[in-house]
Amino acid sequence: MMPSDWIWGFCGGLIIGLAAALYLLINGRVMGASGIIGGLVDRTGRDSANERLCFLAGLVGVPAILVLMVGSDDTQLIQSPSIVIAAGLLVGLGTRLANGCTSGHGVCGISRLSLRGIVATVFYILAGGLCVLLFRHVLGVI
Amino acid sequence: MNRCLWAALSGAMFGIGLTLSGMTDPLKVQGWLDVFGDWDPTLAFVMGGAILPMAVAWRLAARRSKAALGSDFPAAPGPQVGHNLVIGSVLFGAGWGLVGLCPGPALASLSWSGAYGLLFLMAMLAGMFAAPGVRLWIDRMAAK
Repeated sequence: MMPSDWIWGFCGGLIIGLAAALYLLINGRVMGASGIIGGLVDRTGRDSANERLCFLAGLVGVPAILVLMVGSDDTQLIQSPSIVIAAGLLVGLGTRLANGCTSGHGVCGISRLSLRGIVATVFYILAGGLCVLLFRHVLGVI
Repeated sequence: MNRCLWAALSGAMFGIGLTLSGMTDPLKVQGWLDVFGDWDPTLAFVMGGAILPMAVAWRLAARRSKAALGSDFPAAPGPQVGHNLVIGSVLFGAGWGLVGLCPGPALASLSWSGAYGLLFLMAMLAGMFAAPGVRLWIDRMAAK
């Protein structure tokens, strides 16, 4: 039998894919979280700022309501503040240099067999795996 | 107006999908990256589930000239893999591994991830703010 986490993961994944499909077929845009936020931060997306803000309102607000109703068993971040800050800086800088993150390169790029999306995904998974190996198993700090 | 409503709906579905799939839990994401520890393959199921509808959507988009609300579809990405794509992905992956958060889940879980979740978001926005300058610097170094 498949663990229920895998089934929840697959069903949640389907909903993520449907969200990306809507955003492409109706709004004509690639649903990439880092691109939607980053375009507001560096103002390259100011012409579509309203659309971006509405997407982000749905992304933050609706899970908040869902978790208020049914609760969440997510683990809270437990690392030291300096690690959290370093990680945030790396994620923000890296996704903008690479023009995409897990949703843009991973979901939207791989599904159209984009070479860039596939290369990006291979590199961020390799770097993430090495990082966990180093900081969890060698240094023991995360 | 319509664009905003549909964008909010798609953001909401993205957030619900991330929450239900367990991807807002930093430990589950680190579990996927922890090949040498207690490996958790859930993220692969999430990716697979998300790629299926999106692969259909790209095929539907290829048969149409414009999206439903009238804008052009995004241009097909070129095949070129530049240094910024690789450097950026490596930096992103390192940060992702350190705490188990990427931009989508960091926002979806903002209301329950506590002070550290907010701290991560602030640092992420700062990194995004710095990115155009860093990109210029990398391009200058690469041109030498």
